[in-house]
Amino acid sequence: MTQQSSRLLLVAALLVVGLGTARHFLVPKTFGQRGHYRAAAVDAIEKLPIRYAGREACALCHTEIVAMHGKARHQSVSCEVCHGPAAAHTESPADIKPPAPRTRGYCPLCHGYDPTRPTGFPQIDPVTHNPIKACISCHNPHAPEPPHTPEECGACHGQIARSKAVSRHAQLPCVQCHNTPEKHKITPRLVHPEKPRNREFCGSCHAQDARSPKEILRIDMQSHNSRYLCWQCHYPHQPEGD
Amino acid sequence: MDDPKRYSPCSEPPASESRREFLHTFSLAAPLLLLGLRISAVEALAAEPEAAYNARDHYYGMGIDVSKCIGCGRCADACKNENDVPRQPYYFRTWVERYVIGADGETDVDSPNGGIGGFTSKTPEKEILRTFFVPKLCNQCTDPPCVQVCPVGATFATEDGVVLVDNDYCIGCRYCIQACPYGARFLDPRTKTANKCTFCYHRVTKGLLPACVEVCPTGARVFGDLKQRNSPLARFTRFNKIMTLKPHLNTKPKVFYAQLDEEVR
Amino acid sequence: MDPLQEVLRQVTGYIYPNEVELHWGLLVVVYPYLTGLVAGAFILASLVRIFDVKEVQPTYRLALLTALAYLIVAPLALLLHLGHPERSFEIFLTPNFHSAMAMFGFVYAWYLMVVLLLEIWLDYRKDMVLWAKKETGLLRWTHLLLTLGATDISPNSLRFDRRASRFITLIGIPSAFLLHGYVGFIFGSVKANPWWSSVLIPVVFLFSAIVSGIALMLLIYFLSTLLRGKPVDMPCMDKLATFLFYALVVDFSLEMLDFIHRLYEAEESIHILSQLVFSRLFLSLIILQAFLGTVVPLILLGSVSPALRRKGILNLPEELRRLLYAGAAILIQIGIFSTRWNVVIGGQLFSKSLRGLTTYKMQLMGLDGLFTSCFLLLLPVLVLLLLIYILPPWAESEQHVETPTGD
Repeated sequence: MTQQSSRLLLVAALLVVGLGTARHFLVPKTFGQRGHYRAAAVDAIEKLPIRYAGREACALCHTEIVAMHGKARHQSVSCEVCHGPAAAHTESPADIKPPAPRTRGYCPLCHGYDPTRPTGFPQIDPVTHNPIKACISCHNPHAPEPPHTPEECGACHGQIARSKAVSRHAQLPCVQCHNTPEKHKITPRLVHPEKPRNREFCGSCHAQDARSPKEILRIDMQSHNSRYLCWQCHYPHQPEGD
Repeated sequence: MDDPKRYSPCSEPPASESRREFLHTFSLAAPLLLLGLRISAVEALAAEPEAAYNARDHYYGMGIDVSKCIGCGRCADACKNENDVPRQPYYFRTWVERYVIGADGETDVDSPNGGIGGFTSKTPEKEILRTFFVPKLCNQCTDPPCVQVCPVGATFATEDGVVLVDNDYCIGCRYCIQACPYGARFLDPRTKTANKCTFCYHRVTKGLLPACVEVCPTGARVFGDLKQRNSPLARFTRFNKIMTLKPHLNTKPKVFYAQLDEEVR
Repeated sequence: MDPLQEVLRQVTGYIYPNEVELHWGLLVVVYPYLTGLVAGAFILASLVRIFDVKEVQPTYRLALLTALAYLIVAPLALLLHLGHPERSFEIFLTPNFHSAMAMFGFVYAWYLMVVLLLEIWLDYRKDMVLWAKKETGLLRWTHLLLTLGATDISPNSLRFDRRASRFITLIGIPSAFLLHGYVGFIFGSVKANPWWSSVLIPVVFLFSAIVSGIALMLLIYFLSTLLRGKPVDMPCMDKLATFLFYALVVDFSLEMLDFIHRLYEAEESIHILSQLVFSRLFLSLIILQAFLGTVVPLILLGSVSPALRRKGILNLPEELRRLLYAGAAILIQIGIFSTRWNVVIGGQLFSKSLRGLTTYKMQLMGLDGLFTSCFLLLLPVLVLLLLIYILPPWAESEQHVETPTGD
């Protein structure tokens, strides 16, 4: 072998030995135990501090509030949504007390009107709805049923009400088309309003021979898209085509 | 004709109901029994869990019902609290997006501070065709591109299906952040390492729910074990038509969306 | 003011909240620029060896040293960019075999040690032995150390050097292709990013690297000859300009192919990418990369160099010709640097939601700042000066072995 080859092989061997030694000393001990990662990292992550206790923890001590809350409209809302992370409170209940939001600023985070919120979700306009008063002065947060049953459907169906209010159907009250039992306002999921079922219903105002105010648009019920129900094209809460 | 966007509070009674009634009835007669129950119930919070947690028995996923999200942002806020995420509006493990599809066909998307302070409404109702909120987070992919590109093995998928970051090993090259198609990762400015949603691994391994699921007031977020046939997630994926984000990239996400709209990226 | 807040205010459309911060900044632009020069300079040097292009022989050793100087400095750009550079050795200890970046560490190490250092060693060994005999002090010891004690310069030994060197050059060419093609693959394999994810990116990176490397050698050769007060070898410059022109034609064709392909297929990302190109990247892509960096040099070189016609389409005197070559080479450097900018920064300026654009706030100071990057672009020249001092590449420095029968 030439002198060059032997020297180069020596250098290569030194590098390999060097890398091997480095591997032995520098690769963490738990690396590769469970996969291509440091198994100790998983253990470290499992030991991170817990800040939210979970609603089951609150039930252990605050039995009455939890009982009331569990039957009311906020039953799906965990305690810590409003009271913040409370794991520290469960550790030392006497020393650490979770805060409770008592100002008007908090409730509208969920209940302030936003057209993007799903229909049926109770919403208010934070500016006009009983201004200045704290929400909790009328609504017990653990049983927030309103002190008076809402008159307007728009209290829960805000987007529909506001869409209708700038449409051709603005003058129509909701109950004109939706026969609604009063119980719907108390247990909305159990009792539903009715909806029109046939073309003739819309025809009672819009047919040529309907007995309704003259300014209402008329169509010939026989020929105007007779195979469809009216609301398959016309959104009843905003029926105009333009 | 069912309105799919109808708000519906969680229909199942709270899990603690039966235990609460039991306690109420017997609390005076059987203090010892009560003590025993309190000890077992507090087990989830205790330092030493009784049964050792075996990661191989679990495989976690999450369901999100877009029609239930009210955009309150409590999830994003709770996540920052639970996981010590920097409060500036550039670092999020989870966030909420709002989509407003106009009657003119234009789509507007925004996420002010990740949705933490809520949203302000700007579009008149007349111009809205449809609109909804979409919570986003790390999709905990079964085939994660972020794990594929990490040069040193600092990010990895655990046996129970959660993608984690090893803060003491990450070199901060940011390749994983580039590789994530969902924008779920960021660089923690304090540790200079990659950071992302962990499904609150430190909670779920103790039987708790992730913080975002815990505080969601409408039950839009559903957490579950894909290895269990009886779990909220199993029910969710049974009764809903499911979509995942960016399926064409074949990352096989484990966050399943119900009522997801085509406009969502 | 918090720089990210400034970025947030300039966002148009919608970006994911985590995308406000651009993650790969100026340092990651500098890095492929520097490694591209390495590949290009080396491939030029290989042309001499393998294809026996005698005209560019004067640049052979200079090109190897240039490649080494840039190869030494390039990792510094990466190290400065890392969140934890002190952990960077982990790439070599626990590499993830699925990660392009990890595997690139080995490609880089392979190229540095097995190709470049070995080729330089084999080429200089004889000279180092002979220089050491006449020198004193630190330089003598440096040369002796560098020979690794292989001081045999008999004809047999020198024949081994020549054959081994040829072999190394042979594997060096695909290695150089692999080196910068791989950098392209690091971007091209990211399926999450439609600006990067493309089959063509490794090829475009490679050919733009060749272009930049040849242009760099043209400039370095020209400047070093002037500084040394020696006459400029015009056939050498003409040949370099010719190769530069050909390489530029291929590079331009590839980039046009990518552009036309994107426009024609018009995939979902086309809308935001068009917005990107015409708003955020107008200066760096249309003006600097395309026009000043490609079209103008193509016209200059095409009309002045012997590439298309033996005496050039415009038959210009030598002094003017080489000035125009140098001018074209400088424009090309700006153009290739812009190419790297457009790929790296451009790929992060649009949101993965395909709905918005953000901005890059370049810092002046700090490790990721402009001053640091300028320093990193200058440092290889300083390293090259040092290498030239230790291993002079000039023809007059080459030593001839005195043997009874002659060499």
